[in-house]
Formats: sequence, structure tokens, C-alpha cells
Amino acid sequence: MQHSVSIRDLSLNFGNVKVLEHLNLDIAQGEFIVLLGPSGCGKSTLLNCIAGLLDVSDGQIFISGKNVTWLEPKDRGIGMVFQSYALYPQMSVERNLSFGLRVAGMPKDEIERRVARAAEILQIQPLLNRKPANLSGGQRQRVAIGRALVRDVDVFLFDEPLSNLDAKLRSDLRVEIKRLHQRLKNTMIYVTHDQIEALTLADRIAIMKNGVIQQLADPHTIYNKPVNLYVAGFIGSPSMNFITGSVDGTTFTAADGTKIPVGAYDFAASPAGSLKAVLGVRPEHILLGDAAQGMPFKTTAEIEIVEPMGSETLAWTKVAGVPVTFRCSSDIPLAVGDKVTVGFDIARGSLFNAETENRL
Amino acid sequence: MADTAVPLEAGTETVNRPGLLKRILLHNLPAKIAAVPMMLTVLVVFVGCTIWTIYYSMTNSKLLPTGKFIGFDQYERLFATSRWNVSVTNLIAYGVMSLVFTLVIGFVLAVLIDQKIRFESAFRTVMLYPFALSFIVTGLVWQWIMNPTLGLQGTLRNLGWTNFTFDWIANPRMVLFALLIAGLWHGTGFCMVLMLAGLRGVDEEIWKAARVDGIPTWRTYISIVLPMMRGVLVTAVVIIGSGIVRLYDLVVALTNGGPGISSEVPAKYVFNYMFSGGNIGQGLAGATMMLLTVLIIMIPWAYLEYGGKGKRT
Amino acid sequence: MSQTATMAGSTPATAGTVVEARGPKPKPFFTPRKIIIYSVLVFFSLYYLFPLYVMVMTSLKTMPEIRFGNIFALPQAPTFDAWIKAWTSACTGLNCQGLSPGFWNSVKITIPSTIVSIFIAAVNGYALVNWRFRGSEIFFAILIFGSFIPYQVMLYPLVMITREMGIFGSLQAVILIHTVFGMPILTLLFRNYFASLPQELFKAARVDGAGFWRIFFEIMLPMSLPIFVVALILQVTGIWNDFLFGVVFAGTQNYPMTVQLNNIVNSVQGTPDYSVNMAATVLTGLVPLTVYFVSGKWFVRGVAAGAVKG
Repeated sequence: MQHSVSIRDLSLNFGNVKVLEHLNLDIAQGEFIVLLGPSGCGKSTLLNCIAGLLDVSDGQIFISGKNVTWLEPKDRGIGMVFQSYALYPQMSVERNLSFGLRVAGMPKDEIERRVARAAEILQIQPLLNRKPANLSGGQRQRVAIGRALVRDVDVFLFDEPLSNLDAKLRSDLRVEIKRLHQRLKNTMIYVTHDQIEALTLADRIAIMKNGVIQQLADPHTIYNKPVNLYVAGFIGSPSMNFITGSVDGTTFTAADGTKIPVGAYDFAASPAGSLKAVLGVRPEHILLGDAAQGMPFKTTAEIEIVEPMGSETLAWTKVAGVPVTFRCSSDIPLAVGDKVTVGFDIARGSLFNAETENRL
Repeated sequence: MADTAVPLEAGTETVNRPGLLKRILLHNLPAKIAAVPMMLTVLVVFVGCTIWTIYYSMTNSKLLPTGKFIGFDQYERLFATSRWNVSVTNLIAYGVMSLVFTLVIGFVLAVLIDQKIRFESAFRTVMLYPFALSFIVTGLVWQWIMNPTLGLQGTLRNLGWTNFTFDWIANPRMVLFALLIAGLWHGTGFCMVLMLAGLRGVDEEIWKAARVDGIPTWRTYISIVLPMMRGVLVTAVVIIGSGIVRLYDLVVALTNGGPGISSEVPAKYVFNYMFSGGNIGQGLAGATMMLLTVLIIMIPWAYLEYGGKGKRT
Repeated sequence: MSQTATMAGSTPATAGTVVEARGPKPKPFFTPRKIIIYSVLVFFSLYYLFPLYVMVMTSLKTMPEIRFGNIFALPQAPTFDAWIKAWTSACTGLNCQGLSPGFWNSVKITIPSTIVSIFIAAVNGYALVNWRFRGSEIFFAILIFGSFIPYQVMLYPLVMITREMGIFGSLQAVILIHTVFGMPILTLLFRNYFASLPQELFKAARVDGAGFWRIFFEIMLPMSLPIFVVALILQVTGIWNDFLFGVVFAGTQNYPMTVQLNNIVNSVQGTPDYSVNMAATVLTGLVPLTVYFVSGKWFVRGVAAGAVKG
């Protein structure tokens, strides 16, 4: 199978600062890939390299099987959408969409056909004669997407396209982009620091840190089987609970001596002998009261803080001597000082080597 | 907390509410005292002196401003004086050329500096230093360079280029270009700095979008960046334009109006009539015409910047 | 990892390419684009530098050498005689004291004018941002608009006013005029700067009970060093370079350096000594040039500040 985008051994240095190091990534035709990470992790840099807006220091980039490492952005078969929309402010929407095509000398009727199609797909026909200054943020971002659309390319690049929008518009446009992907079936590479966007949109997520891809997998795997402590802590809100201790055979011993059975855990390789480890469990996998009774591990805990969030409640307590949050239905009455039974199944949790921070 | 604070404040207001006059005088008293120099400047100098000048330009004042009201006679005489008419024609010709060349050169240099070049700060330093010098120094240096016998012309003739001609300050038909060369030397660096600030203010993603769209660099500058710099352009036009109307020191130093009256300018005409010509009414009428010129430049600008803005938002 | 190994992996379509693109795109050292850019820049740099070169070289020559007629030539035996003559004994008409009195007059004008104008403008800007009162914005608008009125319009009435005050033809008059005409740009500068400071700071000081002057001296001034430097550069070069106000208001015995320079060079008596003329010109330009080269980026900030809209 031919990959839509292939990145081979890509490195990028700014002077002595290594931004990307020996990075490899293969993206299938029609796949929606999200590059996710905190600011400064190199995700936008990687996208700019793919677009050809940054010169790479080493390595190669292939798009649709063609080596584009030395090609200008316009010749790479890509369209790009920016965080600040980057619309040309003095031109009408119609001209914003068509300007690149006109400069390239495309026949008039072909330009009109493409603009009309993009306007129809994005439902911006009524806006065609307006200037960007007279559009709302959401409308501007649609026009920016339209500008990528008229280029009729195989690969779409999105550089934090929703970060300048308010929360409501952001979720609306998120759905819009997903719909667009389902309709066009183009390859899309999407950079964001927002894990909700990543989890909802992606076929696969690449989590980046310090210029290195930590894990490349589908959202379900990323969420449930994070490869290391960094990914486990980055994904999920509120974040995963961590208990440090050591693992020996089928038993995890916490720092305060609490023993947790881990026989049901799906070890990648059974650790030989005793090993310093970190046990991670997501707040929603900690069960309460009757539900906790059947769990392999259960204990009594005192509620310290209660945060009602509407549909559910977040509670803070201590398990094995460390602060732990758990999520439960808001129907369950909880009060500070209540003593409750909590429990979880390690099969749904994660174990990490405390030294290498990798998943066991 | 806010709930309790509001009625309390409102209460004290009604109890201690002073009279209108007292409030105007005493509210923020230290600020008003501090602003007295500004108020005096505005009221006495900018408003008072201007009105005084406009009024006395309609009198027959000669040596002292005591004359009686004679309407627009001074203006009729002004436009019947060939020296004034030459001054105005010179200013228009010089002004248009200076404005156009300053903007074009300033923009081109800013674009070139913006190309991620080496020695950027050295080039910038060289381009702006003339702006730090006075018009007197500027005028005198160029007067020396353009000296027909010992300056550039003489030098190149001595070096063998015998028909080389660069006698502009001695040639009534070319003297305005001599002024222009010196004026551009002084002012284009400043324009470049303004333009460069404008260029650097353009969102970097606009440039990226244009590259992805495959728009050539020069086309991006002309079709996208230049229209985005409207604010900087308008500011530059206003600053350069009002500087041109004031043109005085440079002429005094470079040509002193000569040869003959071929490089006279209005500011010099006004000055001479006020302080040595003994015809104050004429000088004031000329000054009022200068004011009118500035208003013609300023009013469209003020409308665009402030009047227009109110409508858009 | 070798290149062939990479190729064998999963990029079949490009196997036939002769030179495989990899790493940064090779760029030739000389491109037509670069050549054009640098030649235009160098051409303009020569235009800007030429007068400085000519000015300094001429000032170091002797008159016989100048009469030889080559302004490009380096001086054969560089001498500062012309500089000394320009400083001590060059003549304006019958007065042969050189430029030095003018230099000291300019110092006497520039220092107090700079201090007074900056102080008044700083207080103005502060009052306009933090202590607005009814009409303060209107005054400010007229102030800015007034800065575009040609000086000639207000010159004669100001002569009468200073004469009434009994200071016409004295240093005080020039200082007053510089303070008045420096006010618009400086007030704009300070107003914009104070407006960019966090307003919470001012509010917190007021809640603490500090008044107008206390907040100004103890909170605002210590935070405004950068803008004072900008204002200082703007005023020192501006006032030093002034010609019009000096010639009108200072009186003959107080003429600043620019006026004396022009009188020396453009005096019609005697045969012109070009080396002395250029030495005098260099001397007059030395103060603003020093300010310019020492201050570097600050000067740029100063001139750009004039373009910042209020």
C-alpha cells in the first residue's frame, strides 16, 4: 500500500537547538492524523516541514509517493489552514479563495467551478462578496478551510485551526471538520494542544514531546494503554491517578505498604523479581460502594473534597496514602468526611517501570 | 461585597455633592494644575496665535501689527507677487516629487532589508544616520558636493569625464532637483524605518498562506502586504507632507532661495516678510496660506482615521 | 540508517529518481535575487555615506589641496588645522570667534529645554491617562492637531508674547518655545507609554491612599526609564538641530550652533575656506551623530514613536 505522507528520518535544528530528531511517520491515504503535545514539543514545526515552510536539516518527506523534500509548498499537493486564519484582509472572500488559482493562471471557468464547489461544501455562498473583517471567527475559519479546498489537493494540513475560537464555536467547527473529512476522504494532518479535539477527530494520534513522537496509535489505545508515564499523564482530564511502589509477581506494594493484586494485568513481559513501579488508574475506573464490592482491590476511604460537575461528580480522597480522584454519577450523594468503599480492577489500569517510565 | 459598596458610595455622593462650578474646578485639582502648561499651549499658542495670525493677515500692518482691517487685499497682493507664486509652484513640484520618491525609496529599502539579509543592522544604521543631522548640516554638505568647480562635477571633469554636468544648484531649472537629492538623503531612512515597522507587523501566517497558495514574493508584497499597511502609509504621508510644507532650513542652507528666486519656498517668503521685509500683513497672509495647505492634507486624513473608524465599528 | 535502507522501506514510487532529495535544499551562494538585493542596498549605502566621507575628508585637507579638485581623494597630509580654526577663529561677518560660542549657546539651550519639556510632557501624559478630567481629551486632541500647524503661523504672535514677557532675544525665550513645540510629540509619547502600563498598579496605589504627585514620583517615574531615554534622544537631537527658533528668539549673542554654522559658511565676505566650512559642519553634526551611534536602537524607537497613533 502506498502511504499518503511518509516522513523518513526527519531532523530539524535551529542552530544548536534540536527541534526534531530522526522522526519517522507514515500516514495512510485518507487517514486523519492528529499531532498532539504541549507548546514547544515540535508539532507545529513538523507540520511546517511537511508543508515546506521550513527547510529540514536532514531526512526526507514523501507526499503521494513523490519525494517533496526540496519542493516549494505550492508544488507539494497540500492545502493549509492556520490558527490566525491568515485571510488576505483587503480581498473579498471570493478573491481570497481564488487568488492562488488566478496567480497560477488557471482558466476562469475552472476557478469559478472550484470556488462554487468549496462554497457549497462549506456553506459560505452568502459570504462570497464580504471582506474578512466583516466575518465572525467561525466564518473566517470556514473561508480559510475553503482556501485549502479549492487547491484540490490530497493532503490538508491544519495548524491549531480552532484555538482562536470560543468554546462553543470550537465544538461546532470540530464536528464540521469531521464531517468534511468523512465527505472528502482526504488525508488530514491536524496539529493541536487540545486533547478533546485529538480524541474526537483522529484516526490516529501522535503524541509528541521534545521533538519525539511518544506514541502513535488510535485514540482508544492512547487513552487505555498509554506507552509511558508522560502519555498517561498528558491524556485524560482529570488526569490519571498514580501510586508509586513496587511490583513483584502478581502483587503491587504501594509506598505505604498497601498491597494491590495485579494478577489480572496484561503484562507486555512479566517482570523478573521485584521492580520499582508506578500504578496508574483513571478516575472513572475507580468504582464506589456496591459496585466496588466485586473488584479485585477495594479499600475504605474518606472523602476530602467534592466537586459537582453537573452530569457527574468528582471526588478527592486518599488511597494507599496518596491523593486520588474518582468520578461517579451525580445521583450518588457524597459529603466531605463520608467513609466509602472504593475499588478498581487493575486490568483497566496501567503499570509503568518507575525508572524507564515505560509501560510494563 | 460589591452589593454593599455601591449604595454606600452613592450615599456619600448625594450628601457631599458640591456645586457644578466647584466640581469643575476642584475635581482632580492636582491633575488640572499639572495640565496648566498644556492648556496654555493649546489655548494661547495653537488656538490663540493661529486666530491672531488669521485676523491680522487681513490688515494692512507694515512694520508693526497695528493696521486696520482691509479684507483679502493682502491675499490678492500675495498671488500677484511673482516671488510668492514661484514659491508655491516650487513647493508643489518639490513636494510631489519628494513625497513620491520618499515613499517609494523608503518602501523598496524596507522590503530589501526585510529579506533576511546579512549585516541588516549595519545597513539600517547607515540609512538612518542622515536623519539625525540638521537640515543646515545636510544643506551645507550637499552645497559643497554640488559646488560646480571643486565638487563632484569638477572632480569627474578633472578625472577625464570632461562633459560631465552636475551644476544643479547653479542652474535655475535644475535647482529643485538639487533640493530633492539633499532632502531624500535626509528623510528616506526615516521613511524606511516606518515602512519596516509596518512590514514586520504583518502576521507571519499571512506569508505562509501566500507561499502555500504559490504567490510569488513580489506579488505578495504588492497585492497583500501593501494594502495591509494602509495605516502606516497614511501616517507616513501625513508626517512627510507636513514636513514638506515647513521646508525652510534646507533651502536657507543649500541655496538660500537662489539662483535668483528659483528655489524660494513659502516658509522662506513668510519669514522674510515678517522679520526683514517690513510687511507683516504679507507675511501673515502667506502663513495663513501655509496653514490652509496643511489643513487640506490633514482633514482627509483625520476623516479617514477617526471619522471613518466610527462608522465601521 | 543508510539512505538505501530507507528507500527499501516504503517509498516505492521514487526509486527511479537520479539524485534523491534529502535534507536541506541546496542553495547556490550567488543567486540573481541576492545579487540584485545587495547591489541596490550597497548603492543606497554609498549615497548615504558619500556626504559623510566628503565632509570629513575635506575638513582634513588644506585649501591648496582642495583647489586641486578631487573630492574623492584622501587628504595627503591630514591636518586638524581647519577644525581648530572653525572652532576658535572662523568669521561671521566681522565677528571672528569661531563656532565655540555657538556650541556653548546650544548647550545652554538644549539642556534646560530638554529637561523642562520632558518633565512637563511626562506629567501631562500621566494626567491624561490616569487622572482624566472633563475636557482633557479635547485639549490633547487639539495639542496633537496643533503639532501639524506650520510654525510660521504662530511665529509672529509668539515674538510679541515673549517681547511682552520681557524675554525676547534671550535663552529663556528659546527654552520656552522649545517646551511649547516639543509638547505634542512628547505628551503623545508619554501618554501611550503610561497607557501601556498595567492600570491595576495605579488603582492599587490609589487604594493605598497615594495622591497625584506621590503616585507620579514613586510609582510611575521608576517604571518609565525606557521612555525617558527615548524622549531624551528625541529632544536632544531635535533641539540641537533647530535653526528657526534659534534665529528668531535667541538674539544675536545667543545664536545656537546651527545658526552660527550657516552664518560662517554662507557669509559672503572673503574667499570661502572649504576645509574650515566642512570642519565647522562636522563639528555641528558631531553631537547628534554621537547621540545616534551611541543610542542605536533607542533612536529608532524615538523616531518611530512619532508615527505611533494616539
